[in-house]
Amino acid sequence: MNHPLTPETSAAPLAPGQRLPLSERTRLSPEAVAEIQAAAAKYPDKLAGTLPALYIAQREFGFLSLAAMREVAAALGVPEGHVFGVATFYTMFRKQPAGRYHFQVCTNLCCALNGANELLKRVAARTGAVPGGGPTADGMWSLEEVECLASCGSAPCLQVNEGVFDEFVDEAKLEAILEGCRRGDYSPWGE
Amino acid sequence: MAAIRTKPDPQRYSFDGLGSAPYPNLMLLGAGDLDNWTLDRYRDRWEGYRALAMALKMEPAAVTAEVKLSDLRGRGGAGFRTGMKWGFMPKDTPERKLTRYLVCNGDEGEPGTFKDRAILEYNPHQLIEGMIIAGWAMQCKAAFIYVRGEFGWLVRKLEAALQQARDAGYLGRNILGSGWDFDILTYRGAGAYICGEETALLNSLEGRRGEPRVKPPFPAQAGAFGQPTTVNNVETLAAVPPILRMGGAQYAKLGTPGNTGTRIFSVSGHVKRPGLYELPLGLPLDFIVNDLAGGSSTGRKLKAIIPGGSSAPMFDAKDFDCPMDFDSVKARGSMAGSGGIIVMDESTCMVQVILRLTRFYAHESCGQCTPCREGCNWMEMILDRIEHGQGRPDDLALLASLPPRINMRTLCPLGDAACGPVESALQKFRGEFDHHIEHKACLCG
Repeated sequence: MNHPLTPETSAAPLAPGQRLPLSERTRLSPEAVAEIQAAAAKYPDKLAGTLPALYIAQREFGFLSLAAMREVAAALGVPEGHVFGVATFYTMFRKQPAGRYHFQVCTNLCCALNGANELLKRVAARTGAVPGGGPTADGMWSLEEVECLASCGSAPCLQVNEGVFDEFVDEAKLEAILEGCRRGDYSPWGE
Repeated sequence: MAAIRTKPDPQRYSFDGLGSAPYPNLMLLGAGDLDNWTLDRYRDRWEGYRALAMALKMEPAAVTAEVKLSDLRGRGGAGFRTGMKWGFMPKDTPERKLTRYLVCNGDEGEPGTFKDRAILEYNPHQLIEGMIIAGWAMQCKAAFIYVRGEFGWLVRKLEAALQQARDAGYLGRNILGSGWDFDILTYRGAGAYICGEETALLNSLEGRRGEPRVKPPFPAQAGAFGQPTTVNNVETLAAVPPILRMGGAQYAKLGTPGNTGTRIFSVSGHVKRPGLYELPLGLPLDFIVNDLAGGSSTGRKLKAIIPGGSSAPMFDAKDFDCPMDFDSVKARGSMAGSGGIIVMDESTCMVQVILRLTRFYAHESCGQCTPCREGCNWMEMILDRIEHGQGRPDDLALLASLPPRINMRTLCPLGDAACGPVESALQKFRGEFDHHIEHKACLCG
């Protein structure tokens, strides 16, 4: 597990075109707090609400800044240190902003046998995003190398934001996905 | 959305060598059809919820006895006998009524495995029915389905399926007039392979970091939220309705004695028809890889096969005749694991393969136990320099010295899993490693 340092939102300079309103937020909306408390109430212990709450905060803030983690701790009534520990343990909780379209390419063995490394390079070249880095200057793309997405029989595969899961991705299919993102066929990150 | 390929026509294949009839699909019912997931379809076409009605008329202990009779073994990786595991759950005493939980492990993250995803996608109601039956057998209060974070859309589908089941009276209060209350909640992980380990999963379900716990206490004594808990894999629970429908004794006739029933093999890598194949246990690897999956997709000879998900030690071409069941694969020095078969042709560089797998384990180690946290990172660094032409003459001896210092010295099997591929590759493909170090280049071009 990687434990990157988490920048304070206000201290991190924002690239032009990046979604300012979202990542400048330091407070959860009252609806989000209510949603967090409803999610936690489903389970026998409120601590179990931590993961669902962090997903809600990530949707609200675009990524998990220290402010987002503090808000989650306050909404749940659990220690801030606990929330920080959980948020930095799991890789799906982003500790830095993502582009409007966040690409995740699996490069584990089965995908690698079917050309995932070439796919990763192609996505990087076509979008200008750096694997593992922040969003591109226009705020449109970000790219990440991830471990197995359980699509080994239909490799190589990639995931766009949270919903779109694509398999057997060749050159033509990648172009179609990028075009779909530009047209706005898929909902942007965090929505 | 998803394009998982499954056995095209289950009735077409029959393998005379084992005298078996055409192989039935028991868990991949209707797989490939995206409209198959609804309650109506499951009830109308696949005798859905008939097994639940049967189970609720039986004593809970009789349901467990039926599962014991079927000799079902856990499909998550360890192959532990499911009936026995259910039997570990403590019973109520006159003084004390216990809160028991059932947890379904849907944190499918083993590279090479994609079977649980297909069950959740195409047949969620069979899993739900299996969970209600298991909940009845152990008299649980509630159940949780822990699904890996990447499957966000499957969690939403599962929620919809659960709501259908609640509306039909299969979940909630007084299920089918039995006087028994039971409900199932979903829980979404957040991208940690380690949460497939049952105690790490329980920690994650409680909203903590997914770090494996010290055992004992075992989950059957103190599991989720401190209560007695049984953790079963998706595929194991999905096998329960067919067992009750056909009877445990009939189910035990599938497969070989001691390795009964069907399991879903996920075949990937350099094969013509990668995909999911639900087959009785005990069929030869050769039949699965060459006859069903169509053999090499590149026209080159096959060199290595991982028989049970990335954690399993590798097979080379000599082991093609190995019957694919828990005991036979173990006897050959590997493990049947999660049923993920990864096929590699002779152009594959083993140093690269092992480096990629080791990087995965180094990344996914939770960091609790020093041997795994440090050992996996060192193995990765040594392999990395061998791969990049900076290998030193004594590197192989150094690399070989690490697995014995990791294996069995950690809280959970992740460290052992990281060692399997390294040890087996050093044993079977040592020449390639030597070539990398000596010539600073790859033997495979």
